[in-house]
Amino acid sequence: MTTEEWKFTTKDIAEKPDLFLSGHRACAGCGPATVLRMIMKATRGPTIVTEATGCMEVVSSIYPYTSWAVPWLHTAFETAAANASGIESALKIMKKKGKVKQEHVDVIAIAGDGGTYDIGIQALSGAVERGHDFLFVLYDNEAYMNTGIQRSGGTPHGAATTTSPAGTVIPGKLEYKKPIAEIMVAHEMPYVATASPYYWRDMLTKVRRGLEVEGPAFLHVFAPCPRGWRSDPAKSIEYSKLVVETCVFPLWESINGQCQLSTPSKLIALAPQKKKPVTDYLKGQGRFSHMFKPQGKKLLEEVQRVTDERWQRLLAKCGMAQ
Amino acid sequence: MAILVKQEKNAMSGDEAVAYAAKQSDVDVVAAYPITPQTIIVEKFSEYVANGEVETEFVCVESEHSAMAACLSASVTGARTFTATASAGLALMHEMLFVTSGCRAPVVMAVANRALSAPLNIHGDHSDGMAQRDSGWIQLYAENAQEAYDSIIQAFRIAEDVNVLLPVMVGLDGFTLSHTLENVETLPDDAVKKFVGTRRLPNVLTHEGKTVPFKLDPDNPMTMGPIALQNYYFEFKRQQEEAMKNALTVIQQVNDEFAEVSGRKYGNGLVDAYCLEDAEIAAVCLGSTAGTMKTIVDNLRQEGVRAGLLRLRTFRPLPVEEIRSALENVKAIAVMDKSMSFGGNGGAVFHEVRHALYDANVQPLGVNYIYGLGGRDTSPRELRGIYEDLQRILQTKRVEKPIQYLELRE
Repeated sequence: MTTEEWKFTTKDIAEKPDLFLSGHRACAGCGPATVLRMIMKATRGPTIVTEATGCMEVVSSIYPYTSWAVPWLHTAFETAAANASGIESALKIMKKKGKVKQEHVDVIAIAGDGGTYDIGIQALSGAVERGHDFLFVLYDNEAYMNTGIQRSGGTPHGAATTTSPAGTVIPGKLEYKKPIAEIMVAHEMPYVATASPYYWRDMLTKVRRGLEVEGPAFLHVFAPCPRGWRSDPAKSIEYSKLVVETCVFPLWESINGQCQLSTPSKLIALAPQKKKPVTDYLKGQGRFSHMFKPQGKKLLEEVQRVTDERWQRLLAKCGMAQ
Repeated sequence: MAILVKQEKNAMSGDEAVAYAAKQSDVDVVAAYPITPQTIIVEKFSEYVANGEVETEFVCVESEHSAMAACLSASVTGARTFTATASAGLALMHEMLFVTSGCRAPVVMAVANRALSAPLNIHGDHSDGMAQRDSGWIQLYAENAQEAYDSIIQAFRIAEDVNVLLPVMVGLDGFTLSHTLENVETLPDDAVKKFVGTRRLPNVLTHEGKTVPFKLDPDNPMTMGPIALQNYYFEFKRQQEEAMKNALTVIQQVNDEFAEVSGRKYGNGLVDAYCLEDAEIAAVCLGSTAGTMKTIVDNLRQEGVRAGLLRLRTFRPLPVEEIRSALENVKAIAVMDKSMSFGGNGGAVFHEVRHALYDANVQPLGVNYIYGLGGRDTSPRELRGIYEDLQRILQTKRVEKPIQYLELRE
């Protein structure tokens, strides 16, 4: 099935032609654009990409231009996984009937947090239940950024967005981030993983694993958005490091239901003193700035407490309970 | 007319006839979700799949929205694609119907026409189809199970014609056609396969400057379903309108070609004119009602009344010219609507037929009958009453109540 050997080195990755091309209209410091460019480096042969409506779809396909060097389809906001179902089914039967010449074509569905946590979850759940062979990549920038920073099911607790503003009575988003990757694990699917672009080798390896696995795979990628987070565009990759170091977004993978921490998070589990306080990650992001005012102290403590609880639960799942 | 193939006579419901037509049409992908009164279609098709009688990938999706998304995606990957739905299912597809026609994906869909909620009602009317008349889909409405079977086969040819490349929905009246057993003559498998042929893909110019078949193909990358802004969106829409215009011709050609194979013909494919040559009064309707109306016209003719019927087999694209010439000499018409256009001063068919007649040299007097909503039975006696009304209108030369409701408690 593998049509191209996996290359690990920076040099090889740099030499591999881009499939997500420059010239798109993403903002300076855009996490998702970096993520897409990198994940496309991990493809292994003929690939079709389908994408939900969202930032990356909009910036990459403004007619008559395109950033996509692979066949690419966008249909609607909630349809990334349903599209993948249709494409994969078509390829399967047409291969059988001799109408497709490629030995195998990988299908990747890409969606943001809106297109995954919220409006797209039904189609995603259905496609995974049906067992289509595709990789779903969630680039999670934690709000509806394309429409102007509205809260989603992926927006973290306390974050200020335009529909969960930090007001005098309500301090940003009251609800917690939906544990989407764990919801996908509960589908008993073959492969689920989390990734962050700072740990690029880990991320690319997971993309490749997701493609290699037979059946559906889900990759949850952390993807900073300087515009939506009111953060420094130069610090997007730094945040994608801090989010892992603070255990706000630990890196792990679940292979056939067996959960294991990925190296960056495993190192923290083995040396708990390395775990940084959540404030290291939260500070400097405008969306959390109200939490650093006197009245935000309780909120900060709560974020730390919930982060610790979730981390402990994850450790237990990975057989590393402390 | 030379009938080339021997056909088999079966007792089939409209739904079964549709499923059988899809089975014979060498469909690659079916993605569907069950809903009354379409269920028999997906059940039958599932049986064909389970018994290995079809080479089709059947995707049993979790909603009609995903059904249409999957069909569209399979279609632009190069697959021949079919689905079926009704009522709320069609309404849930609404968003994707526009995306499918906009992506120029020739998906074929059977719609077992049914009422829309609220109140919930599972029975037949045209509310679902009429609500989608601007979705960029070709709409055919069948008169009986036989026509439902024939139209599905024809629909693949119409949709996939490179000058059309638009999705087609074939309406069959919920329960009246979907669940009623009728005699249906079916063509042999090979005759259908030959008629529909293999899907031809038009060549298009890619962003790399290559001329390649229009599909998602890793060898020839193409960006489909992009964002097009103020500077290009309008041109995309204009092209769809041109395709609709082309469909007017293609539907007639396919109707003729099908007649050569099967011996069956539905008017000129666009409209089915019945006893209209010298008619003074005529009704205009869609779907199964035409069957009853034709009997009534026969009876009236025996009584010396110059009555006729115009059945719109194709509702989208609207055959404006054909409507105009078919009704050229008619002095009073009754347009029948099996759906409401709330606040629209009459039903959708009434609006459209009157629109078609606006440019006629002489406009007939027109009256609109809204009937059969939520499956309300419409008796032959009541339908005959329409012609009696028309005779009165003809005598008095005036329409007292332009919008009327049949068999309704007021």
